[in-house]
Formats: sequence, C-alpha cells, structure tokens
Amino acid sequence: MASNTIRPRAWVDGGVTTIKMIINHPMETGIRKDKATGKKIPAHYIETVQVKHNDKVVLDALLGPAVSKNPFIQCKFKGAVKGDALKISWADSKGESDTKEVKIG
Amino acid sequence: MKRRTLLKGTLTAGVASVAAAAGLLVPQMVLAAWPKAAFTAKGVDNAVKSLMGDSSLADSSAIKIKAPAIAENGAVVNIAVATSLKSVSSISILVDKNASPLTSSFNLSSVTEPFIKTRVKVAKTSSVIAVVKSGGKLYKASREVKVTIGGCGG
Repeated sequence: MASNTIRPRAWVDGGVTTIKMIINHPMETGIRKDKATGKKIPAHYIETVQVKHNDKVVLDALLGPAVSKNPFIQCKFKGAVKGDALKISWADSKGESDTKEVKIG
Repeated sequence: MKRRTLLKGTLTAGVASVAAAAGLLVPQMVLAAWPKAAFTAKGVDNAVKSLMGDSSLADSSAIKIKAPAIAENGAVVNIAVATSLKSVSSISILVDKNASPLTSSFNLSSVTEPFIKTRVKVAKTSSVIAVVKSGGKLYKASREVKVTIGGCGG
C-alpha cells in the first residue's frame, strides 16, 4: 500500500486555485463486520490530510471514520500561479502515509 | 525509622506529581495530532465542545450547505459547505444521527477560501450540520438528508 494512492487535480482560474483529490483508502470504521467470519473488521481510516503550497499549509484536514471510502476533498485558495507545485500528504490510523506533488495546471 | 518513612512518603508524592504532570501533558499532545475524543464523542454538542472547547453555536444564514435531499446510498453522500463569513479558520461537518457525529474538520489558512467539498457516511436520515469558526466565534447551519440505505455497515 501507500504507493500512488493520491489522485489530485489542481487548476487556477481568476487567481483562485481549485484542488480536487481522491485518495484510495478503505476508511474502515471498526464497526462493520466481515459477513463470512462474523468478526469485526478493524478500524483503518485516514486521520489527517494536508495540502501545502510553497511550504505553507493551505488545508489541514482532520478526518474521522465517517468520511466515505476513497475520500474526496475539494478546496480552493488564493495566491498560487500556474505551474506552482502543491504537496499533498495523508496519514492514517495504522501509521501509513503517502505524499504526492501536483503541478497547478 | 521515622526518617525513612518520611523519605518514602516524599518520594511517592514526588513520583505521583510527575505522573500527574505527564498525565496532563499526554492528552494535549494527542489532541494536537488528531482529536480522538472529538471524533468519538456522542452527540453534536459534546463533539463540538471537545473539538473547539466551546459548544455555543449561533445559527447563521451565511453558511450554505449543499447536500442531496434524498441520499440513496448513505455510504457516499456529497456535502459542500460554503460561507460568506469573513476570516474563517475552520469548517467542520457533523452528522447528527451518526454514532459519532463529527465526520471531518478542515483547518483553513488565511489564503484558503471558505469552501469545502467532501463525501461522508450518513447512517440514517439525519441533519447534516456545518460548524464554521469565523473570527474566533462558532456559527452553524444544518440541512436534512434522507437516507434509504445506511452508510455505516449493518
């Protein structure tokens, strides 16, 4: 796991940059039961997602298990220009993480 | 003998106070990373209080929630929150009837627009509540989402 889990898109329009991302992640709540074994599936969910532009944090998201599987997040910020790099990273409840850079198109 | 008891007594007290200090420190350090208490809290008031340290929410018509009136699949419900309030530092999304209402909280920087779109799980028909922190004060708006298939297993 933790390889190429982030699928981002970012573009600038009228000075405002929009970022959309989908992160491949099961987001298990810890409540769900495995139908075959009847055992609870252990919780496994993303806790934090961070978006950085030039080392400045533009979004610091705290997620809980109630965020849907393969989380989708969209946000907007000002001050970036086309070609700038954004760094997106996440960390989950099992200590796994991933980081990806995306250029603003 | 007396001296020994005294020494023992002070030592135990010393250890206890160190433990207490450590006990006080640890939850704060955990809070800074990921507010587990807020995400496991029952009830909207408790969750907001645990997250923000305050649960006095003022209703605001300046917060717009975009959510489906009827969600066929509660596991994936699109929620968008936007507001015209100024200097917004965070947007949190809560689902009233979920076992733990807090779904997510987004801390915004000064250049970030007060807009968030994401997908959350909604266990059953419930109101979706957006809590916006603007200029140090908390505001909320809510919107009902009807759910045909629940989103939390079962």
